[in-house]
Amino acid sequence: MKRAQVRKDSYFDSVFLMSLSKRLKDNPQVADAIVAMGTSMNLELLADQGYAGPELTGVTPNDLIIAVEAADAAAVESALQAAKALLEKKAAPSSGGRADAEPTTLAAGLRALPGANLAVISLPGAYAAREARKALESGLHVMLFSDNVSLEDEIALKRLGRDKGLLVMGPDCGTAIINGVPICFANAVRRGPVGVVAASGTGLQEVTCLVDRFGSGISQAIGTGGRDLKNAKVGGITMLMGIAALAQDPETKVIVVVSKPPAQEVADKVVAALGAAGKSAVVHFIGLEPGSAGSAPASVHFASSLEETASMAAAIAAGRPALAAGRPAMPVPLAPEIEALAEREARRLAPGQKWLRGYYTGGTVADEAMILLHRLTGRLFSNNQGDPAFVPPDPRLSIEHTIVDLGDDVFTVGRPHPMIDPSTRTDRILAEKDDASIAVVLIDVVLGYGSHPDPAGAVVEALKVVRATAEARGGYLPVVASVIGTPADFQGYEAQVAKLEAAGCLVMPSNYRAAVLAARIVEKAAKR
Amino acid sequence: MSVDKTLPDGTSGCADPVLGLFSSPLKVLNLGLDSFADELSAQGVEVLRVRWKPPAGGNAKLIGALDRITRGGFDVETANREAVSRILKGKPVLVDVGKALDVVPGMTKRTVLHAGPPITWERMCGPMRGAVIGGLLYEGLAKTRAEAEGLAASGGVDFSPCHHHASVGPMAGVMTASMPVWIFENETYGNRSYCTFNEGLGKVLRYGAFSDEVLERLRWIEKELAPLMKRALALHGPLDMRNIIAQALQMGDEGHNRNRAGTSLIIREFAPYLVRLGEDGEKVAKALSFMHANDHFFLNLSMPASKCVVDAAAGVEGSTLIVTMARNGTDFGIRISGLGDRWFTGPAGIVEGLYLPGFSAADAAPDIGDSVITETAGIGGFAMAAAPAIVKFVGGSPEDALAWTRRMYEITVAESEFYRIPILDFRGTPTGIDLRKVVETGILPVINTGIAHREPGIGMVGAGLVKPPVNCFEDALFAFAQTYGEGEKA
Repeated sequence: MKRAQVRKDSYFDSVFLMSLSKRLKDNPQVADAIVAMGTSMNLELLADQGYAGPELTGVTPNDLIIAVEAADAAAVESALQAAKALLEKKAAPSSGGRADAEPTTLAAGLRALPGANLAVISLPGAYAAREARKALESGLHVMLFSDNVSLEDEIALKRLGRDKGLLVMGPDCGTAIINGVPICFANAVRRGPVGVVAASGTGLQEVTCLVDRFGSGISQAIGTGGRDLKNAKVGGITMLMGIAALAQDPETKVIVVVSKPPAQEVADKVVAALGAAGKSAVVHFIGLEPGSAGSAPASVHFASSLEETASMAAAIAAGRPALAAGRPAMPVPLAPEIEALAEREARRLAPGQKWLRGYYTGGTVADEAMILLHRLTGRLFSNNQGDPAFVPPDPRLSIEHTIVDLGDDVFTVGRPHPMIDPSTRTDRILAEKDDASIAVVLIDVVLGYGSHPDPAGAVVEALKVVRATAEARGGYLPVVASVIGTPADFQGYEAQVAKLEAAGCLVMPSNYRAAVLAARIVEKAAKR
Repeated sequence: MSVDKTLPDGTSGCADPVLGLFSSPLKVLNLGLDSFADELSAQGVEVLRVRWKPPAGGNAKLIGALDRITRGGFDVETANREAVSRILKGKPVLVDVGKALDVVPGMTKRTVLHAGPPITWERMCGPMRGAVIGGLLYEGLAKTRAEAEGLAASGGVDFSPCHHHASVGPMAGVMTASMPVWIFENETYGNRSYCTFNEGLGKVLRYGAFSDEVLERLRWIEKELAPLMKRALALHGPLDMRNIIAQALQMGDEGHNRNRAGTSLIIREFAPYLVRLGEDGEKVAKALSFMHANDHFFLNLSMPASKCVVDAAAGVEGSTLIVTMARNGTDFGIRISGLGDRWFTGPAGIVEGLYLPGFSAADAAPDIGDSVITETAGIGGFAMAAAPAIVKFVGGSPEDALAWTRRMYEITVAESEFYRIPILDFRGTPTGIDLRKVVETGILPVINTGIAHREPGIGMVGAGLVKPPVNCFEDALFAFAQTYGEGEKA
C-alpha cells in the first residue's frame, strides 16, 4: 500500500532528503520511498507514482512530503515513523524554537559570524546565484558548489566579484583547497609550493593528490567551475584572478593550470597571464597536445596528462628541470611493467572479449581516459564525447568501447552524485555483468572530504560479482583501477588500494596509467 | 615577491582581498549541504550553518519581482539608507496641546478621522462604528445612536484615515473636530504629528463605547485635563519624547502594549508644573490620578512620537522602507516610502493572545488601530526584548521576547542609536522595515496589540500578538517591481 504524508513549512535540503529516501528504502519491507519538497516537479513525480490523495493538494515548495510504499499498513506506518525520527534528528540543533539560535539568512549569518571570509553555497541552482550575489556584496569570497546556475548569472557574479577583488569559485565547482583546508570534495594534501587553478573538479583532485605523492605540496588550489575558460563570455575571470593572486602569493613557487580546452582567446589570455606572473607554470589543457596551444613564454610548461602536470610541478618546485622529470615518454613506448602486465592479463581473456568499459564517478578523470582511449582505439563511446557519433544512443547502455561518466546529470536526477552514493555505479556494473564481450573494466575511486566513506569497499562487491560471472562462463575479466587520494584522507589511500587489490583489481598509481594499461589490454585482446 | 600586510585600511590587512583570504584563517558561512560544514568544522575551521530556506517561500513570482528590483538599476540600498537615516535622526518633541479643528491639517467640523487605511461606514467593524457614533454624539452632530448611524450611513460626514492627516489613533482611532490633541514636532525635519488623549481602559471611545459615561470623560478631558496639560507643558517647555521613550525601554516598556514606565515618567515630568499652575489641588490630583490609573496614558504619546519620525522617511524615491502599518478592524494596510500614498491592504487578522477573565477568542474583533506605528518606528513588538513582562500576554517566556526582537533584525535595515535594549547588551532596536526582506524571509513584522470586543462599547478583552496579512506585503512588492524593476518601468 501507498501513503503520503505532508509536513507543512519544513524545508530540507534535497540531497539530505535523497539520502533519507535511500535509508528508508534500505528497509526490505519498504518497496519505495520518496521524501521530497513539494515542488511542482516532485508533485508530478508523485502523481506518476500513483500518489494522488487529497493530502497532496495545496502543498507548497516549503512543505515536505514523505511518500512510502510498503507491504501493509503497519510497514507504512513504521516507515513514516522512521522518516520522522531521521528528520527530527537532523532538525535537533534548530528545534530550540529560538529565533536567534539559527540564522536563516546570509545577512543574519554574517551578523552571527563577523569577519566571515568565504561563503560555501550548495543550494539549488535557482537560488544559489541570488545568495552568491549577496555574499559578494557583503565582501565574502564565494565557493559556488551548485550547478544549474545560468551563464548570465555566472557572468554577472564573476564581474561583480572581479570589481570587488573577490573570488567566485564555481558555479559547479566541487573542490578547492584554501589555506590548507580542503573544501567540499577535496583531499588532505600536504601544504607546499604548488598553487593550482583548475576548471575541473576531479582534475584538481588528481593533480593535488599526485603532487603530494611526488613529494611536494599545495599552497592553494582554486576551483573555477567548468565554464570559466570554456565560455569566451565568462572569459576566465576566476582563472585570471587566481593566477594573479598566486603570482603575488609568497607561498606559491609554481603555478599549475588545469582545464578542459578553453576558448582560444581565453587560452591566450591565460598563457599571457602565466607568462606575466614571474613564476614557473605548468599548464594542462585536457585533450590538447602540448605544443598545439601556440607559442608560450619559457616559464610556461605544457603537460600532456594530469599525472605529468603533477610531476612537472613537483619537479620544478624541487628545483629540478621540469621536462626531464616530467616526461616519462608515455604513452608509447610503455613502461615495461605495464606492457608485461597487459600481456599477462590479455592472455587470460576468452575469445570474443574485446571491449573496454570504463565506469567513472569523476568527470575530469573520465574525460582524461576517454580522450586517451579514443585516440588509441579510434572509436570510443561516451556520454562525455563532443562528437555525437560517439555518444551512445542510450546513456544507460554501453556499446563497444564505452566510458561512462556516472556523474552526468542523466544519472543524478533524484539521486546523489556517485562520488557520494556509489550505488549508481554498482547498479550499472551489475547490469552489464552478462555481457561476454567485455575485455576490461576501468574505474576511478575518489577519496577525500565529500566522498563516500569507503568508495573502494562500495564497489568491490560488484566487481567480484562481474569477475565471478565472467569466470563462470569460461572467461576472465581484468579490472583496472586508480585511486585519487592521499594517506591523510580519512578513507586512507593504502587501505582503499588494499581493498581493491584483495578483490583482484590492478591498481595503477594514476588515472592516466590506469587508462593506458586498460588500452594496452584491449589492444592485445584485439590482436589475439 | 613580498606582500604588504600592514595596510592602513586595517580591514583585510591586504590590498588584494584574495591575498587577504590566503593570509587569514578561513571563516565560512555554509548555505546548503550540512556535510560540507561538518567536514570544515571537523578540520577546526570556524563555520556557521545558515538554516537557509527558499526565499519568499519558493514563490517564483515573488522571487522574480525581487530579482527585477535588484536588476532594475535603481539603487534601492542607497534609497533605504536615506530613508532609514531620517528615522534614526528624527527627534520627536512634544510641543503643545491644541484643538483638532485648529491644528490637524484638513480637519473640518464634519470630519471623522479613524484608524487604519480608508474605509466606508458599510465595511466598518463593530468597535469602529461604535466609536464613530460616539464621536458624532460628542460633537453634537447627532442626538441619538440611530441619528448618528443614519448620518454616518448617509455620507453626511467625511471619513478619513488619521494617517492622511499627520495623525494616529489607537484602536478605532476616532478623532473629531473638538477633541484636544497632543502636538508633536520632529525637531530634525520640522514636520508635526497629532494624537488624541488616552481615555483609560474599559468602556472608552477607542473600543467603540459611546455611553454617557464615555462622553462625559471625553468632555472632562477636553475642558479640564487638556487645558491643564497644555499650560503645564508651556511652563515645562518642549518635552523630548525620544529621551523619554529611551528611558522607558530601559525600564521594561516596549512603547506599544506596555506603557507603565512611560506613563510614570510623564507623571514625573508634569507633576511639578501641574502643581505650579496654582489650580485647585483636587483638580490637579484628579488629573494625576487619571494618568496614574491608566498605564496606557503614554501610548497616545509614543504613537505620535513615532508618527512624526516615520513620516519624515516617506516619499524617498526608490525606497522599500515600510512607512505605514495600520488597521481599521477590517483591513490591515501598509504604505511604502517609494510608492507615495498608495495603500496595500489585506484582511485584518485575529490577535493571538490572552483574554481577560470572562472573554474568549469568540469575543474578539479583528486587529484594529494605528498603534502599530510604534513597530513601524522600531519599538513596540520590535523592542519586545526590552519588555520581557509583556510575553505573559502570549503565553511565552522571556526567551521568546528576546527571540522576537532578534528576529526583527532580519527584516530591518538599521539599529536605533537612541532606543537601546539592556538585555541585548544595549543593542539598538531593529529599525526601518525593508519590504523586500519581509517578502524574502517570510518573516512578518511582530506586532504587540490589545484586543477589542467585537461589539461596540465593551472595551478591551485581551492582548497579544498579531500577524499582518502576507498579501499586502506581496502586493506592495509587485507594485514596487512594476515601478522600479527591470523591464517593467512604466
